[in-house]
Amino acid sequence: MDFTYDEEQQALREAVRGLVGKSYSDFENRRRTVAEDPGYDELLWSRLAEMGVLGLPFDEAYGGMGAGPVEVGIVAQEIGRVLAPEPFLTSVVLAGGVVALAGTEEQKSSLLEAVGSGETVLAFAHAEPGTRWVSTAQDVTASGDGDGWTLTGVKEPVPFGARADQLVVSARLGDGGTALFLVAGDAPGLTRSGYPTFDGGRAARVTLDGTPATPLGSATDASAQIARALDAARIAACNEAIGAMQYALSATSEYLSSRKQFGVPLKTFQALTFRAADMYVSLELATSVATWATMVLASGTDAEVAEAAARAGLQVSRASRHVGQEAIQLHGGIAMTAEYSVGSYTSHLTALDHLFGDGQLHLSTLAAGIGDHDEVDPLA
Amino acid sequence: MQLELSAEDAAFRQEMRTFFTTQVPQEIRDAVAERRELTKDQVVASQRVLNAAGLAVPHWPEEWGGRGWSALRRHIWHEEMQRACVPTPLAFNASMVGPVIAAFGSQEQKERFLPRTANLDIWWSQGFSEPDAGSDLASLRTTAVREGDEFVVNGQKTWTTLGQYGDWIFNLVRTDPEAKKQAGISFLLIDMTTPGVTVRPIELIDGGHEVNEVWFEDVRVPAENLVGELNKGWDYAKFLLGNERVGVAPVGSTKRVLAQAKDYARSVSVAGGLTLLDDPLTVARIAELENELLALELTALRVVAHSADGKPHPASSVLKLKGTELQQAVSELVVDLAGPASLASGAGDADSDLAGWARHATPVYLNLRKASIYGGSNEIQRQIIAKTILGL
Ligand SMILES: Cc1cc2nc3c(=O)[nH]c(=O)nc-3n(C[C@H](O)[C@H](O)[C@H](O)COP(=O)(O)OP(=O)(O)OC[C@H]3O[C@@H](n4cnc5c(N)ncnc54)[C@H](O)[C@@H]3O)c2cc1C
Repeated sequence: MDFTYDEEQQALREAVRGLVGKSYSDFENRRRTVAEDPGYDELLWSRLAEMGVLGLPFDEAYGGMGAGPVEVGIVAQEIGRVLAPEPFLTSVVLAGGVVALAGTEEQKSSLLEAVGSGETVLAFAHAEPGTRWVSTAQDVTASGDGDGWTLTGVKEPVPFGARADQLVVSARLGDGGTALFLVAGDAPGLTRSGYPTFDGGRAARVTLDGTPATPLGSATDASAQIARALDAARIAACNEAIGAMQYALSATSEYLSSRKQFGVPLKTFQALTFRAADMYVSLELATSVATWATMVLASGTDAEVAEAAARAGLQVSRASRHVGQEAIQLHGGIAMTAEYSVGSYTSHLTALDHLFGDGQLHLSTLAAGIGDHDEVDPLA
Repeated sequence: MQLELSAEDAAFRQEMRTFFTTQVPQEIRDAVAERRELTKDQVVASQRVLNAAGLAVPHWPEEWGGRGWSALRRHIWHEEMQRACVPTPLAFNASMVGPVIAAFGSQEQKERFLPRTANLDIWWSQGFSEPDAGSDLASLRTTAVREGDEFVVNGQKTWTTLGQYGDWIFNLVRTDPEAKKQAGISFLLIDMTTPGVTVRPIELIDGGHEVNEVWFEDVRVPAENLVGELNKGWDYAKFLLGNERVGVAPVGSTKRVLAQAKDYARSVSVAGGLTLLDDPLTVARIAELENELLALELTALRVVAHSADGKPHPASSVLKLKGTELQQAVSELVVDLAGPASLASGAGDADSDLAGWARHATPVYLNLRKASIYGGSNEIQRQIIAKTILGL
């Protein structure tokens, strides 16, 4: 048992930190980048591709690096630390993850290579108005057979849905199962309305109207693969949140040391330093559970991964709110401004919390399962 | 002890309810209900409707439009307004500068300003905070130097809420640099169209523009705009902040949003043909918030029933503290009800199939983080409780 990174993992962390840090440790630069479409830096995206980061989780056979969840977690943390707006989580980890789990060999080699090289941005169009964080499709339906499939319905919100070159779309089959399809960005009957999200990200409404689509893998029920890909993305999102919380806490500590009121630095007031200490407690506990879940993802069964994702998701959701809200409060008014970074960290933590499922969803999942075990044993 | 309202107070409540729900334009009340940002015109229009009926500044001295109501009636007035989604009269006018001028201003100032302040013919801004003077307001540095019949003002104010609409700004300025902090401060009224006044927008984390920086460069202000005595401004500011705190627990509007939240929850379907209002965690959370709000409302009622002499009750800090926490907690609940739909914050109606309340949820939540920071932060409220109530 070992919770520390090995040398290679540390080297990956330093390399990614250097690259994303160069672009975004200047917060003004992030503000400028998210102010304009596509909402991220395409040059940095290609640098990340060159470094192998965009192909990190994919098999070497598909042009990837064959790395595991721990390495993905390292990248996610570094992205979170500087609030890099690049769609690593949603395009590479989630949409790429869905392709890796459900695609045919041919689809995997062509698509994953294109994602890894930065040539193709993928979006997973899965959420539908009126549904919450389920692994099935409801109102978007697929009809056809053999090669000729078409999709109809609305997907929203779709992260980076307007920018994506290709969409992976979940749709309900006649028999009630949920299958996956590929839809080209320029497909007829595809309408995309993109908009910014409150944290500077991008999302879209995607309307399909008899839109031609190719099955991803076979056109059969893929809800198990969707669930697994969502769990992997949840765990990566936890890592991204950990990175963001680390920054929010260190910015808060620094601010308490430098900001003076009543002729003394704010850190003179124990009422504030103890709260910073409590933020640290939340962050450490969340880090432990997220790290554990990352390791479970590397070797666990689907059921084990689902449970670990829920446990990490709950802990990180609670910690994100605590750390994010306190970071603003302890800064006072300055943290309410768009120009100062801390409020944006809280915004992004809020977005991460609602992307794939919030603490309450995870709590319900866990509450429903308490009768299944006596004790919780993380090493079992 | 007695629980029910007296027959007169109950009739009064009904009268308020009827007025607010029938006389204030529906589209303004709809905007409040949907938690949309109000335009300047909407705020002005609504306050004028109230003022015409003597309902904008009932807490002022009767000579200037006050109604001589009991604290309980003022409370009922305020709650019914929020329940009916009527925007409360602009706080800078109605609860801050108006009462100060009425209590400490000269007769000329009262005649000149109070009627226009009540009717929102003048939109006031509050120029207290500075970059280095937040919680420690008394360390402010903006100076006003007397030259003949004028003060010459230099310095910077910040966080000026809705300063972009401001016609006039009431300021704390340093008039005696030699005196100890609080002793050298005066209360000065400045016409924002005076040369040398610059208003610059600050963008907040919800993407909106509601606060500003205000710069003063050799701004010449007639000496007659000084309120009360020179170097006594801190006393007037304390009086003003005490008033600010009393109305600050928005029990009525928080209750309303929580009631709306049940409708929202009912509109979100979850597995098995159920809705979020069938989800045990959701309903437990709502029930808990309802109870905390009940406790807050009853505390507010205890406080108003008690403050016969018009002085703020010492427990009014409890109202600010708990009121803002609950306001924030309810806004957080709404984000969670919205779930993934909350991400569509930047979509207009035409670009989205997701409900407006869900799209507004997170900007509102982020914006409301301010509530525990301004008006005397919650840490400062705790300090007031510890010091003045507990004697610690
Ligand atoms: C959206 C918004 C609108 C505003 N509108 C106006 C306006 O219209 N006009 C105006 O004049 N001002 C306005 N303010 C300013 C507001 O009153 C100040 O932000 C507030 O007084 C806090 O000051 P600060 O932001 O400088 O924080 P600081 O005073 O620097 O405080 C930072 C943190 O330290 C805590 N702290 C400070 N001192 C102590 C202490 N002694 N003990 C324990 N904790 C302490 C605070 O509670 C806070 O958590 C507004 C602020 C905001 C955010």
